Amino acid sequence: MTKIPMRTGYGRALAEYGEINPDVVVLDADTSASTQTHYFAERFPERFFNVGIAEPCMVDVAVGLALGGKIPFANAFAALLSLRAVEQVRTCVCYAQTNVKLVAGYAGLSDYKDGPTHHAIVDIANMRALPEMTVIVPADAVEAARWVPVVAEYEGPVYLRLSRAATLPVHNKSLQIEIGKGITLRQGSDVTIVATGSMVGRSLLAAKELAKEGIDARILEIHTIKPLDDDLILQAAEETGGLVTAEEHSVVGGLGGAVAEALTKSHPVPLERLGIADTFARTALDPESLMDACGLAVENIVHAAQLVLARKQA
Amino acid sequence: MVYHPESLIVELEERARELRLDSLDMIYRRKAGHPGGSLSAAEIVAVLFFHKLRLDPQHPNWPERDRFILSKGHASAILYAALARRGFFPPKDLKRWGELDCHLQGHPDRLKTVGVEMTTGLLGHGVAIGAGLALAGRLEGLAYRVYVLLGDGECQAGVVWEGAMAAAKYRLTNLTAIMDYNGVQLDGPVHQIMPLSPVLDKWRAFGWTVLEVDGHNTRQVLEALDTADEIHHQPTVIVAHTTKGKGISFMENDSNWHGRPPDEAQYRQAVEELQKGGEA
Repeated sequence: MTKIPMRTGYGRALAEYGEINPDVVVLDADTSASTQTHYFAERFPERFFNVGIAEPCMVDVAVGLALGGKIPFANAFAALLSLRAVEQVRTCVCYAQTNVKLVAGYAGLSDYKDGPTHHAIVDIANMRALPEMTVIVPADAVEAARWVPVVAEYEGPVYLRLSRAATLPVHNKSLQIEIGKGITLRQGSDVTIVATGSMVGRSLLAAKELAKEGIDARILEIHTIKPLDDDLILQAAEETGGLVTAEEHSVVGGLGGAVAEALTKSHPVPLERLGIADTFARTALDPESLMDACGLAVENIVHAAQLVLARKQA
Repeated sequence: MVYHPESLIVELEERARELRLDSLDMIYRRKAGHPGGSLSAAEIVAVLFFHKLRLDPQHPNWPERDRFILSKGHASAILYAALARRGFFPPKDLKRWGELDCHLQGHPDRLKTVGVEMTTGLLGHGVAIGAGLALAGRLEGLAYRVYVLLGDGECQAGVVWEGAMAAAKYRLTNLTAIMDYNGVQLDGPVHQIMPLSPVLDKWRAFGWTVLEVDGHNTRQVLEALDTADEIHHQPTVIVAHTTKGKGISFMENDSNWHGRPPDEAQYRQAVEELQKGGEA
């Protein structure tokens, strides 16, 4: 497993898939050098549309292309796609049920250099609140690449949330993925860590640390935040009696919120939601130390698991 | 350019009058809707639906059909009236507009109403969506044209101009916008709320060919739409000077009639005026 940036995995896969599926068209908002859609643009210039720094326009043009039978992948920074263009997404993509694929790069804290203007830490919350939307967060570059054909061949709106960074590698080429189906990466019986995106790799490291203490943690990767794999999560709640959620996103409304909503249906077990506190982050020199500083370190996951165990026993 | 016989003009004018009566009746029955901007667009909508647009109500998804997007989705009444009169669904449905189980929503919904190409109502989206649809037509090698009907107040929204830039960049000659320039919006006259003038210069500066017509002169509207077919280097906008609430004396140019239904006495007077207009 090599450590390549998630965006690169996606960008190359998109260009390769463009060869197979002539209906795929790609839009960008002056970020193709960043989102890596330039690979597609170089191979298929007639199917690539750069609309400039105008994300609302990009989404609407994508909507028009979808109405005309194309499969548009609209790419921009997550902060802009999920906030500046959210009205277009709500009205023209979700409500109108147009077959638009929104690919949100530089999500979470991964644009560590630019700081909170470019961080996207509430996008899962606002995207998953929209009816008709599917929200997908890959864990690494291999998975990001694997989603391209799956998302293209699924009929309906999708928000694919990508990191700028090289997250810890989790998957190898044999990975099989399905929308709405979580992945059990490690069996365990004491506690379950439900992780998404960049926190999946970190959670696997946390499981190793917990094992040293004799704690057997189950690791679930929930790549599809919506529709959520309720069955897998509720089964883990029943079998392990307590959960930790881990995400590079605000603690408000993201994976933690979605899991909490699921648990209240039938298994209200102890739950610790690990994420970015309800505050704006700051600038850093690398993504890893920023994540650590925001409370997303491996040791924070370990601590959260210990808290859940204590609450289980209380 | 085709010369259109006077008989066609007379027929389309009668269609416009019929659409006005339908719209008024619908808004009166529902006690909701937007009379001002429905009435101002009557000739434009009549010319499009009863002459210009290549449509087949029996095959509403015909791939080569022309596409019409009502960007000013508040004027849904007149769109529904036109679709019904054109045969997409029975005119009796118009009387049930807005009822819980009726396919006619407050604002157009492409998933519920046959013939509605795009869900609209929250203003500003039509030009950019139309640009995307025009691009798709080009990529697919289909000869359809895309028509977008814009409100003037709507042109205060930035995304309209983002879309205008995109359409110009890609030289979308198969895209025609029609701006219903009635000069009045919800809060008052457009020139007081947020002036658009000089709007012709704005469109030209954004890379569009601009045609200017009296939007209640059916022949001018018709000929401008024909002219747009002959523009082969830019998208075209037809700036149509219109009167908000056109055809009903007490509604004309009055922002109070932007989104208010008439009461019974007003309705009777309005119907009388529209019927007289037909005899004149």
